[in-house]
Amino acid sequence: MTVEAPISAARATRSPAPRRRLRSLTKRDRIVLGVMIGIPTLIQAVLVWIPLLASVALSFFKWDGLQLSGFVFQGLTNYNFVFNQAPAFWPAVLHNIVWLLFLGLIGTPLGLLLAVLLDSKIRGSRIYQTVFFMPVMLSLALIGIIWQLMYSQDNGLINNVLGTAGTPAAIDWFGDSSVNLWAALVAATWRHAGYIMVLYLAGLKGVDPSIKEAASLDGANGRQTFFRVVFPAMAATNVIIVVITVIESLRAFDIVYVINHGTNGLELLSVLVVQYLVGETQVIGIGSAFAVVLLVISLVPIVIYLSRTFRTKE
Amino acid sequence: MTTTTAPAAARRTRVTASTRTRIKNGPGVWGAYLFLTVAAILWLIPLLWAVYTSLRPKADTDRLGYFSIGGSYGFSNFAQAWTQGGFLTYFGNSAFITIATVVLTLFFASMMAFAVSRFSWRFNVTLLIMFTAGNLLPPQVLATPIFELFKLIQLPYSISDSGSLLNQLVGVVAANTGFQIGFCTFVLSNFMKAIPQELGEAARVDGAGVWTQYWRVIMPLTRPALAALGTLEVIFIYNDYFWPLILIQSGNRLPITTAINNLQGQFLSNYNLLSAGAIITVIPTLVIYLALQRQFVAGLTLGASKG
Repeated sequence: MTVEAPISAARATRSPAPRRRLRSLTKRDRIVLGVMIGIPTLIQAVLVWIPLLASVALSFFKWDGLQLSGFVFQGLTNYNFVFNQAPAFWPAVLHNIVWLLFLGLIGTPLGLLLAVLLDSKIRGSRIYQTVFFMPVMLSLALIGIIWQLMYSQDNGLINNVLGTAGTPAAIDWFGDSSVNLWAALVAATWRHAGYIMVLYLAGLKGVDPSIKEAASLDGANGRQTFFRVVFPAMAATNVIIVVITVIESLRAFDIVYVINHGTNGLELLSVLVVQYLVGETQVIGIGSAFAVVLLVISLVPIVIYLSRTFRTKE
Repeated sequence: MTTTTAPAAARRTRVTASTRTRIKNGPGVWGAYLFLTVAAILWLIPLLWAVYTSLRPKADTDRLGYFSIGGSYGFSNFAQAWTQGGFLTYFGNSAFITIATVVLTLFFASMMAFAVSRFSWRFNVTLLIMFTAGNLLPPQVLATPIFELFKLIQLPYSISDSGSLLNQLVGVVAANTGFQIGFCTFVLSNFMKAIPQELGEAARVDGAGVWTQYWRVIMPLTRPALAALGTLEVIFIYNDYFWPLILIQSGNRLPITTAINNLQGQFLSNYNLLSAGAIITVIPTLVIYLALQRQFVAGLTLGASKG
């Protein structure tokens, strides 16, 4: 997406021939094309669209998951449970909001700052980029383990550097429910900032350098040039990055599940769905109601993203 | 990607001279170096700490503490983690899931992308939007129905020892493929749109059918995008933690990314073994990263829609 700008600019100069209409195809070609469309669409329908609708449907039923006949219609009972009785629901909502704010106010701006500094052709830019980008290659599950080595109460690096290791003052960063969300967010930011940096580096390359020159000729200093000229010129990238940040916050799952299965201060909506699915007390209807709540929230960034992407394109 | 980097690079060299002098004279440049260097060191610490811990025998860290220098250094933890953790099985599972998913995803997504970008028909944009939307969802939203669906699918015991798609590597491949096709279709269709329409026309005049146009004309031209996307997808699938967690019940069928969670319990407070295990897990991604860094970054920016 971030490279859309240069690509479409190159395309505009060429004026491509209109796309082929199906009418001009032979019967055999139409069948071949039908199969080429049909197979991926069938896969997508069976594994994405139908499960999505099924999630919504299941949230209104009580079902033991054993027999197809065992459905009991519940109306909004499952939702009543989710909103009013499930002890972890509101903490999870709060944690998701904190997650979003932390990534949005710290992780993403940090990635932007790194990109801007590294885009200014300073010496060793590539080495810095490689370092900051390294965590993006790692799975969030692995990041949870690597940071466990940093955070551990008596053996972790942080408590040793602070000099609290082995004393009662040692903080169990992942275990103490008053700090573990922040500890997890630091670990998540370690990865997120590098990801945002790469996207902004591509976005910055798409900005026409002549507008920067014009701004500095007009007497703008570096900061003014960036905030008044360069940053607004990256509007397309900015929207995508906002959407990515929101979606990443809603998807957050692996890291807290590795730490403690998303309990004791690390509850998230995504975790609640799974807890009601794989737990010993498997309650499909309630898990699905959690899934629908997550789905409805997710639709906001998804719709914004899709409408922007496909409006400008078609 | 390749078409876009050239003009961008040309543009950049043009302005380099003027920007560089400005930045060199600016007082902020030392601040920038200082900030970047401190940040880079902080960024490396977690990885270096894991490497350092993994190189020390447990006996030494028990005696001296983890935060210490001294004792011996070596790779014995790696050997022990490898045999004790059963990494070979996990890597085998990871390799199967990753290779099968990436090949299937790119194959199906490229067919769909070809159909929506090279021909106009009634629902082509609608379908493309629905494909793209599917991949933006949190996978947890789909987890319950997919779990139940896979449980319901009856397979003969000669194929599946669970009698269903649960606890089968192919089930994980199916779930991952379904989830990734949307994203890949979106990225590839953008790329294929930029290929001049005349190329397909020329092939058609020569009597080539739709399949020949796809396989012999468009696919070879899409190679840069397929390479970038393929690299990206290998990393994504290798790093996937969620689907095996939901769909696999037997520990020995897990891929490595999901299995390291169990190692955490197995190695208990033996951080030396745990960090060695973590580093063994990183090695394949690190190799891909160092060998194909450009492809990977190109893939990420090619379709930044990916969460």
